[in-house]
Amino acid sequence: MASLQDRIAAPFAGIGTAVEKGLAYLGGLTQLLGRAFVHAFTSPLKRSLGFQRACHQAMIIGVQAIPVVSFITFFIGIIMALQGAYELKRFGAIQLVADTVAISITRELGPLVTAIVVIGRSGSAFAAEIGTMKVTEELDALETMALHPIAFLVTPKLLAMLVMMPCLTIWADFMGVLGGSVFGVIGAEYTFSSYFIATRDALFMRDIITGLVKSIVFGLVITGVGCQEGFTTGAGSEQVGRSTTAAVVTSIFLIVVVDLVFTAIFYVTGGA
Amino acid sequence: MSIIAAKDLRVQYGDREILHGINFEIEPMETIVILGGSGSGKSTLLRTLVGLEKPTSGSVWVRGTNLSQASQAELDEVRKKIGLSFQGGALIGSMTVGENVALPLREHTNLNESTIDVMVRIKLQQVGLSKFQHFMPSQLSGGMKKRAALARATAMDPEILFCDEPSAGLDPITAAGLDALILDLKKALAVTIVVVTHEMASAFLIADRVIVLDGGHIVVMGSIEELKQCTHPRIQQLLNRVPDSDAGDVDYEQLFQ
Repeated sequence: MASLQDRIAAPFAGIGTAVEKGLAYLGGLTQLLGRAFVHAFTSPLKRSLGFQRACHQAMIIGVQAIPVVSFITFFIGIIMALQGAYELKRFGAIQLVADTVAISITRELGPLVTAIVVIGRSGSAFAAEIGTMKVTEELDALETMALHPIAFLVTPKLLAMLVMMPCLTIWADFMGVLGGSVFGVIGAEYTFSSYFIATRDALFMRDIITGLVKSIVFGLVITGVGCQEGFTTGAGSEQVGRSTTAAVVTSIFLIVVVDLVFTAIFYVTGGA
Repeated sequence: MSIIAAKDLRVQYGDREILHGINFEIEPMETIVILGGSGSGKSTLLRTLVGLEKPTSGSVWVRGTNLSQASQAELDEVRKKIGLSFQGGALIGSMTVGENVALPLREHTNLNESTIDVMVRIKLQQVGLSKFQHFMPSQLSGGMKKRAALARATAMDPEILFCDEPSAGLDPITAAGLDALILDLKKALAVTIVVVTHEMASAFLIADRVIVLDGGHIVVMGSIEELKQCTHPRIQQLLNRVPDSDAGDVDYEQLFQ
């Protein structure tokens, strides 16, 4: 039977182990992204073919995500307007619904919802693709052909993500505001034109920029976690499923943490 | 001078040592078959010879380069001169058969697309897959995948061709076809070939020399004739397909109790 001292120490040891694992995971993530960045500039592979692969990834990550991002952020714009109006009406300030929607979408919900959609579509796909390649020895095959798996697989995904996440976020911002404007016209006596003018007046450039900065960091996290989970897949197809699930859960957790950190930084530095 | 050499090669996974001090040399243009049963360490040896596994101690020399001490650039240079055909093919699933064969040519040469296309057709013709250039790997049978993998492995006209279990899991006719293909490639490309297999018939047909592994040790190294005359009990077991004495020795009554 464990002594009292051991029983008291056990939870702290557990916390210590979890922190150690977490730091090791973040270290691995940073190393992977760092190597992918270095390969973007000094890759032994052909630059033109790398560019083609990045464009192909940009189509999958960005262009093909436009319909789902559009619908979700459009509906979220309407929901935000409805929720905002519910409270604002009590104070006779329903006209402020445009401001509420604009600020919450551009600063928070646009980048966050976009990131969650991209995690579901691309982060999970990165883990499944690389995990399957590991299980079927395709990663080994790349290595024996002197094609570095990180340069071949991660760098194009990273470059595509860094370009497409801000683009998708801007589009998501627009669709969210458009959603809000539907309520504005129907329930708050706006016209489309007056709603968009109110939105323009409510927004500062820093509102949009803080959202875009977040979206770039979200892109780094999604690529890093998806690829890392793929590379660390164990043997067997069951492990590919586990990696895919882990990629989604870990990415969502990390982007919320990153979101919190950046929102706090912007608040403290006066960007909020 | 040997093109491949292993010197006191030891490889360990965790606490378990798989290869216990392996020594051999392979001359240019030789066809070597590495034989052994399951768990004998032959696949680990192959992975170490192409730099996918690092030796715990000892060294592997390929084309005069010590792989365990080579920089990434040196390792890449060696790898551009070798081809490896994996057991399951390991074709890139998102690319067609033709794109798979073209991949090393596109990345490592400055050939234009039309020349690469011609080379891909030649390589696929060599392995009898000229009509399957635009097929995806998932549309191919097991034997065809292995043939396509051989085409990709020979795309850069390598000096050394490694084949991992080329006939494993195939019917006897397809397996014999792959053996014949390896012999054809040997004549056509004039390369050093290293084949890992557990198929004796395959070894007898294609090998100049065989290396027989058992439990991470080399039991026999020599010609086919030397192998046939060897009286080592393990070799006799392999030659005559005799199971281990404890295999099948299960007391079912005790097991179910």
